Amino acid sequence: MLHTFVAYVEDKPGVLTRVASLFRRLNINIISLAVGHSERPGISRMTIVCDAPDQAADRIRASLYKLDDVVDVDDIAKAPNVTRELALIKVAANAHNRSHIFELAEVFRARIVDLAPESLMIEITGVESKIEGLIQVLNETEDRVLEVCRSGKMTMRRGKHSTGVLRAMGAGEPDIPKPGNLPLENGPDNFADNI
Amino acid sequence: MSNHDEKENNAHLTTPTRLTGSEIVWATLVGEGVTEVFGYPGGAILPIYDALRKFPIHHILVRHEQGAAHMADGYARASGKVGVAMATSGPGATNLVTGIATAMMDSIPMVCITGQVPSKVLGTDAFQEIDITGITLPITKHNFLITRTQDIAPAIRQAFQIAKSGRPGPVLVDITKDAQQSAAIFDFAAAKPAPYEPHPMLSVMGTHLREAADLIRTAKRPVILAGHGILQSNAGEQIRTLAERMQIPVGTTLLGLGSFPASHPLNMGMMGMHGESWVNHAIQEADLLIACGMRFDDRVIGTPSTYSPNSKKIHIEIDPAEINKNIKADVALVGDLRNVLEQLLPLLPGRDGSAWLNTIAASKGTAAVRDIKNLPDSGHLYAAHVMHDLWRITEGRAIVSTDVGQHQMWEAQYYRHDYPRTLITSGGLGTMGFALPSGIGAKVACPDKEVWVIAGDGGFQMTAAELATIVQEKLNVNIAIINNGYLGMVRQWQEFFYEKNYESTPLVSPDFVKLADAHGIPGLAVRTRAELESAVQTARSHNGAFLLNFLVEQEDSVYPMIPAGSALHEMIRRPDNPLVEKPQD
Ligand SMILES: Cc1ncc(C[n+]2csc(CCOP(=O)(O)OP(=O)(O)O)c2C)c(N)n1
Repeated sequence: MLHTFVAYVEDKPGVLTRVASLFRRLNINIISLAVGHSERPGISRMTIVCDAPDQAADRIRASLYKLDDVVDVDDIAKAPNVTRELALIKVAANAHNRSHIFELAEVFRARIVDLAPESLMIEITGVESKIEGLIQVLNETEDRVLEVCRSGKMTMRRGKHSTGVLRAMGAGEPDIPKPGNLPLENGPDNFADNI
Repeated sequence: MSNHDEKENNAHLTTPTRLTGSEIVWATLVGEGVTEVFGYPGGAILPIYDALRKFPIHHILVRHEQGAAHMADGYARASGKVGVAMATSGPGATNLVTGIATAMMDSIPMVCITGQVPSKVLGTDAFQEIDITGITLPITKHNFLITRTQDIAPAIRQAFQIAKSGRPGPVLVDITKDAQQSAAIFDFAAAKPAPYEPHPMLSVMGTHLREAADLIRTAKRPVILAGHGILQSNAGEQIRTLAERMQIPVGTTLLGLGSFPASHPLNMGMMGMHGESWVNHAIQEADLLIACGMRFDDRVIGTPSTYSPNSKKIHIEIDPAEINKNIKADVALVGDLRNVLEQLLPLLPGRDGSAWLNTIAASKGTAAVRDIKNLPDSGHLYAAHVMHDLWRITEGRAIVSTDVGQHQMWEAQYYRHDYPRTLITSGGLGTMGFALPSGIGAKVACPDKEVWVIAGDGGFQMTAAELATIVQEKLNVNIAIINNGYLGMVRQWQEFFYEKNYESTPLVSPDFVKLADAHGIPGLAVRTRAELESAVQTARSHNGAFLLNFLVEQEDSVYPMIPAGSALHEMIRRPDNPLVEKPQD
C-alpha cells in the first residue's frame, strides 16, 4: 500500500541520509521523494511516498519524528489533498511528426519547452496518472521517448486542514495515533533466532 | 600558576571567554556536570587531550575504545547520569561502534566525542579519516560533524540534551582537528539548546487514561510487565503503588530487574525466554497486561501470534514508535512513565486481587520444586549456587555487571535484585565483552558501592585487557568468571537444536588467576560449593580488585527455556539430571 508523508526537516547536511536510512532500516521502499524549500526559513519540505504494509503509517510517522532534524511530520493518508508531479519528457521528433506530438501535448495540457532538429521536450504537470497517460500514448503512437525526468509526487492538504494552519490558529495538534485493531506489520511470527 | 590553580579557575567559566576549540570541549563538559571521561588518545584528538590539564575532569585511560564506550555505558546505567567516551579519528572511532550500538539498543544516555582529520582534507581519504557520523547513523540517536570552533559548545550541549531526553540514547560529536585548534568565544549559557519540549505526540490524552483505568479496575487476571523504562524515569515508587493498591502481580523484563523489589510479595520474577514458568503462564492466561516502559522484545514475548491471546494490552511507553510494533495495544499511553502513572493513579482507588494471586501462588508452588540451588551438594559446583551465594553474601546490595550467555541468565534468575540500578547487562544487543568494562564504569560512577563483574570464560576474553585499566585506576572491582570450558549458551543451543554437535564451542582459556596475577590482581580458583563462601568473602575483604575463577559444571543448561519461535508457555524444563540427586519431597 502507498503512504504519503510530508516531513519538515532542518536544512542541514546529512538530513536526507537520515530520512532515507530510516526507511531502509524499516525495510520500506521509497517510491518517490521530493525535497525543496518550505515556507519556513531554514526548513525544507519533503514529500515521501513509500510502499509499506497497511498499518505501518503510525510507526513510520513516529519514527520520522524521532529524528532530531525532523521538525514536523504529516501523514496525508486519505485526507483531501492536491497532488502534483512535474515531468520533462524528451521525444524523438523531426519536422514530419512534430505536429502530431504538439496535438498530443495539447490534449494533455502539456507544454513544449524545447525543440531541436531530432527531438523535442515536453513539460507536464499533474497527477501521476496523467503523466503516465501521456507517456503511454507517446509509446503507443511509436514516438520514441528518449528520456523521462520526474520530480516525484508533491502533496498538500486542501483548504485549512493543514497542520501549519491549525497550529497558526492555535487549534491544537495533529492527530495522536490511536491504536486500532492493527494486524502485525511484518507477519505474525517475526522472532529473532539469535543468541 | 600551578596546574591545580588553573584547574580550579576553569571550573566555572561563567563569563564569555576566548578559548581554543579543545578548551571549549572540556569547558562545556565541566558545565554539563561531567567529572569523568573514558577514552584513548590519538593524533586527531591530541589537542583536546592536551587541554585536559586545565580542567577538573578525570580521564580514565582504557585499553581498547570498545572498553571506553562500555565503561561510559556502565557509568550511565549505574548512576543515571550521562556517560562520556572519547576516541581519536579512524580506528579509534570505529572501535567505539559496538559500545555505541549496545547503548542504543538499551536506551542508555551517552555522549561520544571523536577527533576528526582537519576540515580541509575531509573527503580526501586522509590518514585515519573515516566517516564516523555515516557509520554511526543507525546506532546513535543523533550525531554531529563539527568543523567550526564556534559550533562545538552548542553541539555538545545539544548532544547531552538529546542523550538524556525522551527515550535516552547515545549521541556522537565528531570534531575536526582544525576546529579543536582554532579559538572562539566560549559562552556556556548562550550555547544552551532550546528547552526540550515533549513532542505533541507525547502528551497523554485524558480519554485514554480513563480507558486504561477502566480496564485495570475491571480486570480479573491482570499482570504488570515492568521494564527498563521504570528505572529510566525513576518510577519505582509509582509502580509499587499501582501494584499494591490494585493487587496486581508483576513480572519484569531482564532490563527491568531491580525496578520492582525482587522480594516483594507481588513480584513474580523475570519473564520471557529464560523467565520463571509461572510468570510466563500468568502472562499467557492474563486478561489484562499493563506494559510499563518495555518494548515487547522477541525474547520476552516468544511468538507474537501466540502471545497472551486473551488479554487486553495497555502500553505505557515514551517512544511512540514502539506502540503496535510487535504487539497490538488496546490503549496506548505515550509519555514518561512516572508522569503517566501519576496521572493514572488517582483514577484507581483499589481492587481485590486475591483470587488471581492465589492461582499464581499455586502455580509457583508446583513449579519451584526442582530448584537446583535447594538440592543436596553433589560435589559439583553449579553457577546457580555461585549466583545465589553472591546474592546472599552481598545482601543483594552489590552492583552486578554481567556479560552475555548462560551466566547472564543464571544471574538474572538467582541474584535477587531488590534495588534499582544494581544490574548492568546488555539486553538488546547481547554484547559479549560488556561485563568487565561496564563494571569498571559502574565502579567509577559509584565508588562506594560493591561492584561484581560476572563473566563467562568466553566473553571475559573479549575485553580482558581492561584488567590493566582497573589496576591503573586502583579500582576495587571483584570479578567472577563462570568458567565452564565452553561458549556455554551456544553449546546449549547446539545441545538442544543441533544434535549436540559442539562445533567451535569448547574453549581453551588461559589460567585466569595467573592472568589476573600478571596484572597485579590476586585471584583464586573455586571448584566446590564448600569453597564458595570463603572465596567470596576473601574477595570482598581484599582491599582492591580480586578475581575468582569458578570452575563450574561444564554441560549445565539454563532452564526453563522457550525455544525461539515457540509460544511463551512452551518451555523446555530441566530434565532429571543424573549428576544431581533427587529432591526429597
Ligand atoms: C560479541 C558477541 N559474539 C558472539 C555472540 C554470540 N554468543 C552469545 S552467548 C555466547 C557464548 C558465551 O560464552 P561464555 O562467555 O563462555 O558464557 P557462558 O554462556 O558460558 O556463560 C556467544 C558466543 C555474542 N552474544 N556477542
